[in-house]
Formats: sequence, C-alpha cells, structure tokens
Amino acid sequence: MMMMMIKKQHARARQQHPRLLDLPGLWLNRHLQNAVATLGRLMRTPLPTGMTVAVIGISLALPAALFVATENLRTMAGGWEQAAAASLFLRQDIDDEEANRLAERLRANGAFAQVHLIDRDQALDEFRELGGFEDALSQLQHNPLPIVLALYPHPSESSPARLEALQTELIALPEADFVRMDTLWLQRFQAILDLAQRAVILLGGLLGLGVLLIVGNTIRLEILNRRSEIEIMELVGATAAFIRRPFLYTGAWYGFLGGMMAWFLVTIAVILLQQPVSRLATLYRSEFPLSGLGPLALLTILAGSITFSLIGSWIAVNRHLRGADAL
Amino acid sequence: MISFEHVHKRYPERGDALTDLSFELQAGEMAFLTGHSGAGKSTLLRLIGLLERPTRGQVIVNGRNLGALPRRKIPQHRRQVGMIFQDHRLLADRSVFDNVALPLVVAGLGHKEIGRRVRAALDQVGLLARERATPVALSGGEQQRVGIARAVVGRPPLVVADEPTGNLDPDLSLEIFRLFERFHQVGVTLLIATHDLGLVTRMPYRRLTLADGRLESDSRSR
Repeated sequence: MMMMMIKKQHARARQQHPRLLDLPGLWLNRHLQNAVATLGRLMRTPLPTGMTVAVIGISLALPAALFVATENLRTMAGGWEQAAAASLFLRQDIDDEEANRLAERLRANGAFAQVHLIDRDQALDEFRELGGFEDALSQLQHNPLPIVLALYPHPSESSPARLEALQTELIALPEADFVRMDTLWLQRFQAILDLAQRAVILLGGLLGLGVLLIVGNTIRLEILNRRSEIEIMELVGATAAFIRRPFLYTGAWYGFLGGMMAWFLVTIAVILLQQPVSRLATLYRSEFPLSGLGPLALLTILAGSITFSLIGSWIAVNRHLRGADAL
Repeated sequence: MISFEHVHKRYPERGDALTDLSFELQAGEMAFLTGHSGAGKSTLLRLIGLLERPTRGQVIVNGRNLGALPRRKIPQHRRQVGMIFQDHRLLADRSVFDNVALPLVVAGLGHKEIGRRVRAALDQVGLLARERATPVALSGGEQQRVGIARAVVGRPPLVVADEPTGNLDPDLSLEIFRLFERFHQVGVTLLIATHDLGLVTRMPYRRLTLADGRLESDSRSR
C-alpha cells in the first residue's frame, strides 16, 4: 500500500512538472481552443447565430450610418471654409473707385485679414460659371450685379457674437446695400453637426446597451440549454472559470460578428448612395466622393460591439452559473 | 479515507435526511451502503462529493475537512473523488471517448496524456472498441461502464457509486461489481450504495446499512 502511494505521488509529480514549465503556452492554448471551439459551435447552428448577429449588426449600423453621414457633411462643410466670411454688397450707384476706397478703409480697420473686391464683370463671369443661368444672363441688356467686397475677418474676430457686431457695423456703412454673413451660417451648421455627433454617441450608447441585452439573453438561453452538461462538468471537477470561458467566448464572437455585420451594412449603403450623390454633386458643378467607414471607425465599432457583448454575457454567466455550485 | 462524525443533514423541504451519522472507512477499503430507498444513501454520497454540505457535524475525506473547504477548492476536491450515478450522467451528444476524457479536459491535461489515459480506462471497462460511439448507441450496461471509466480516468484514490446497477439485470450487475473488485485490488477506496442485497451478501465486503438517516448496522463491528 505504502509503495503504491509513493508510486502514485511520483506519477503525479511527473505529470505536474511539465505543466508548470509551459504554463503560459498551455494557457494560450486553452484560450485558443476555446475560441475555435465556440466559433465552431456557433457555425453549426447558422440560422439562430445569423439572426442574433443580424440583430446586433442592424442595431449598430444605425449609429454607424449616422456617424458616416455627419463625417461626410463635415468634409463638405470643410470645403466651404474657404468662402468669404462676409459678403458686403454695395449699392448700385457706387462705382469702382468709391468701392476701392471703401476696400482700403476696411483694410486699414484691422478687423479683417483680407478684403477682396469683386467688380461687376468678375461677378457676372462667376455667375455664368455657376451654371444654368447662361441663357437668362444673355437676355439682359446690362449687368444687374452689384460690386461685392468679400471680407475675411481675423480668426480672433470670428466668434459668433463678434461677427454679429461686425454685421451691424457693416450695414451701417453708407455704401452698403446689404451684408451676408457666410461664416455665421457655417458656424450654425457646425453646431448642428456637433449636435448630430453627440447624438451618434448617445444613440451608440443606447443601442450598445441593446446589444448587451440581446447577447446577455442569448447567452442565458444557451446556459439553460446546456444545464445538464454544465452540471456534469461540475461533477467531474470543472472550475467556475472553466465553465464560464466558452460562454464568454461565445459572447465575444457575437460581438465581433455583429460589428462586422454593421460595418458591412453601412459599407453597402455607402456604395449604393455613391452614384446618386455624385449625380447630385454634378448638378452643382462639383464632385463629392462619399467616404465610408475607415479602418479606425471599423476598429471602434468592433471594440464597442465586443465590449458590450462581453459585458452582457458576463452578466448572464454570473447570474445563471452561480446557482449551480452555491454551497 | 472517509470519516463522518455526528453528521446531520436537514433539507428545508423534506426534513432530516441524515441524523447523527458516524463511521469511518479506511484507505483501500471497499464497502457497500445499503438501506431502503429514502434512507439517506444518496445524501451520504453527495456529502462525500461535496455536492452538499452537512447541516451539522464533520465530514473528512482524504484528510480534508470538507466543512472548512472554501468554494474555490471544491473542483480540486471533486477531481479526487470518482462519482458514479444510477442514470450514468453522460453527455448524449459526445462520443464515449469525449465523455471519459471530460475529467482530464477539465483538469487541463495535455492531448497526448488524455488520449493515453482515456484508452487505458476504456480498456479496463472493456469498451476500447466503442470509443467513437455516442452513449445512446450503447446498452445500459455499456453506458454504466462508460460512467465508471469516467470516474476512474483521473485515477482518484476514492470512488463512490450511487446505485450503479439500479437499472441492470443480475448478470450485468455482477459484471459491474467484478469491475469494482478489480479497482479495489489496485488500492482504490470504494463506497457503493446499492439495494442489490442478493449480490452484496454473497460478497465478502463490509456493509453499512442505513435506516431513516441513521446507521442501523455495520457488518464490521468496531
């Protein structure tokens, strides 16, 4: 008996020795096995897996699409920054010389970085170029366009309040007919974009919470389905971590596949919208290539999707696996 | 190997299952646990496997006081106790090999070692040729032998069985008991709950009899 026990202990020591040596490799191996095995299990039931992934994908495609929309609008607005901040339209009876003097005065004022004079002929040419008006313009006997001063305020003078003050100052000039503040409009547009971006984050958070619940519930059902298997594993000495791991991996896979699905949906949408947008841009005599979800956006979606899914499955696992070995 | 000291177990819904139970089982011993159904045999075995904790008293298994064992040490303990059930508790959608391998997989053993040990265990129960089959393709006796292979594959010093022959005819039951005898001969401690009295009385092993949660008789007088 004694001999046997000693032999047994030896055998145990032998089997444990190499395990200690390559523990990191074993740990990695175990995780890799789990990752592959859970993916395989998901693939064996394509329909339910596909439906869960689709729900996650559609949920996340919504904020992602809104993000793409705001990003494209921002790019578009960026093109307008070059436009004058304010256009001062002069009265019809002001001639070129008077206009030049006014321009000099405004340049000396110091509030403006640049003052650019557009005379009547130049304005007419520009107008022609904008398209669509050529026929109408050729019907006219004389040039109806006023002289315009394009004003570019210093960046320090560009706060909305300052611009509005500037507007009242300019309109008070005797030469002025009316003033159009382009920057003010642009800034409002930027503010709306900022708001939309905030909405993207909010919507993303809200739908992320939805993903958390969807995955949590899917994992809960999975745990209930495999109750007897879990019990048997506990009987033969599986640790809580061992039993949890495949469920957490399943959750992470749902997150990954759902995120990819969201990216795929948005990319398809961008491709489908590319042509109508180009046509619209052509009508405005410009071109506008729609940008889709870049690699960084894809990574963000995947990271968010996997995180929310993992939290969801973590909650489910903790709620439903605790009862099993509660002693 | 096993020591019960004044163990009580009370279930809130059906009252006392075990009352003031004390006995000892030496390492390497093989013993039968008999008694009418509901006498507390299963409860006793569940306490040994730490599927339950006693309401009062001490259970010491393999030198471990189970009452003081923290929850995270429970898996470690269960790997030292091979458990066999009347309903086998096999995974229906896994092969015989995978079922037997489960305790080793759970313990984190390497592939080669698992293959070697599983085949050795299947060889011992005479099912080496059926490793690819699923449990449903096997007869009741074969299923129970898979359950036994799973219980001993981790080479636990202690094996407990709860009515392992409950669903088997006498010939198959005898076969199972012969198997247990072979484990006994290589030094494994065994405690087998059964009401197969006809077989048990013909075998020269210690017999503990429970009645209403008390130890009614012990064939080896202390």
